[in-house]
Amino acid sequence: MLNVSGLHLWRGDRHVLRGVDLSATPGQCVLLTGKNGAGKTTLLRAIAGLLDPEAGEVSWRGKPARQARDDFHSELAYLGHEPPLKGELTGRENLRYSIGIRRTVTGEEIHAALERTGAQPFADRAVRTLSAGQRRRVALAGVLLTGAMLWLLDEPATNLDTEGKRLVATLIEEQLARGGIVVAAVHQDLDLSANRLVTLELGVP
Amino acid sequence: MKTGALEAARLVMARDLRLAFRKPSQLLQPLMFFMIVATLFPLTLTPELSRLRDAAPGVLWVGALLSSLLALEFLFRDDAQDGTLEQFALSGQSLTWMLFAKTCVHWLLTGLPLALSAPLAAVGLGVPAEAMWSVVASLALGGFALSLIGAISAGLTLGARRGGVLLSLLTLPLAVPILVFGANATQRAITGGEIAPPMYLLGAIAVLGVTLAPLAAAAAVRIGLE
Repeated sequence: MLNVSGLHLWRGDRHVLRGVDLSATPGQCVLLTGKNGAGKTTLLRAIAGLLDPEAGEVSWRGKPARQARDDFHSELAYLGHEPPLKGELTGRENLRYSIGIRRTVTGEEIHAALERTGAQPFADRAVRTLSAGQRRRVALAGVLLTGAMLWLLDEPATNLDTEGKRLVATLIEEQLARGGIVVAAVHQDLDLSANRLVTLELGVP
Repeated sequence: MKTGALEAARLVMARDLRLAFRKPSQLLQPLMFFMIVATLFPLTLTPELSRLRDAAPGVLWVGALLSSLLALEFLFRDDAQDGTLEQFALSGQSLTWMLFAKTCVHWLLTGLPLALSAPLAAVGLGVPAEAMWSVVASLALGGFALSLIGAISAGLTLGARRGGVLLSLLTLPLAVPILVFGANATQRAITGGEIAPPMYLLGAIAVLGVTLAPLAAAAAVRIGLE
């Protein structure tokens, strides 16, 4: 389903990705590990199509992702280091606009997603007044609402408390159970069931 | 159900308008700058209305151009910093349409208020009352063209440090035809001449901008996001 082959990518004069190969099928989670600067975020961004690799290819459903970019992106949810939220808007407003440009979304769906990630109590406060963990929960609700088949998550449990980390693991498990695919860059153990897990360590010569 | 391209663009406009009204300082800054330039100029030049009238097109248009440049810096910068542009690029929607929507909002919030406030500034420059509508129309049309051209520069300077300086350097040469035709339209309006020819040329630049600028801005933004 998702296939990455021979990916080479330079950032300036640094050869960050050296022939990375990766494949994932529905119900599978690929955990990207490695030291800081090993290229986890770079790989996620290259898979998403935000970075152009010098060599190699990302394919989705058997087709090069670049050739069917909009279709690929319709099935993809990307959550980077920083939650993509506007500080002047409330969490609910942020989701209404950011999900609304992807698909038709109802207030009830937004409410349910916020409830699921524990963000409902502060969903009507301006995002700039929220803590980093609370913002992360709103952003996770956004990932849920996309309904995307492929999740690309960069340190999804950052700034979350213990219960929040468990929530991330549960959300990933649920996504896998639905037949989705998750590729996540992680530093912390997310305590996921090992039978669906593939670990790819980056930065290893 | 997947959102249509126009609906996505409408949502981008609605979001940007809401954001702008919750953060009005960015709205007022270019307007204040324009008013200050246009108000101070008569004080430094001459009290003679006839001489001020001669200088009015230049003052109004250079003021409008510099004010637009001030606001252009914010066109994509905040969205790039907080990851919104990345989400636009990954939404499966046309980035071109969404950036066009953002550019239209930029004009609605800076170019249009500037044009509408121009009569206030123009009075101090001795512009006759009968010329005001033409002044507003030319500034509104020229401002729209400036926003479109500026969107390309804003996209190109997205990844650059001190992008503001680079943005001005990129935009100013492209903005010269707008400045020339716009000032000419204002001059003709003041002297009671026919303003249609420069207005047609401004319109042509705006149409060219609508056709090409969003495409170029989208390509530039994609590069800037790397």
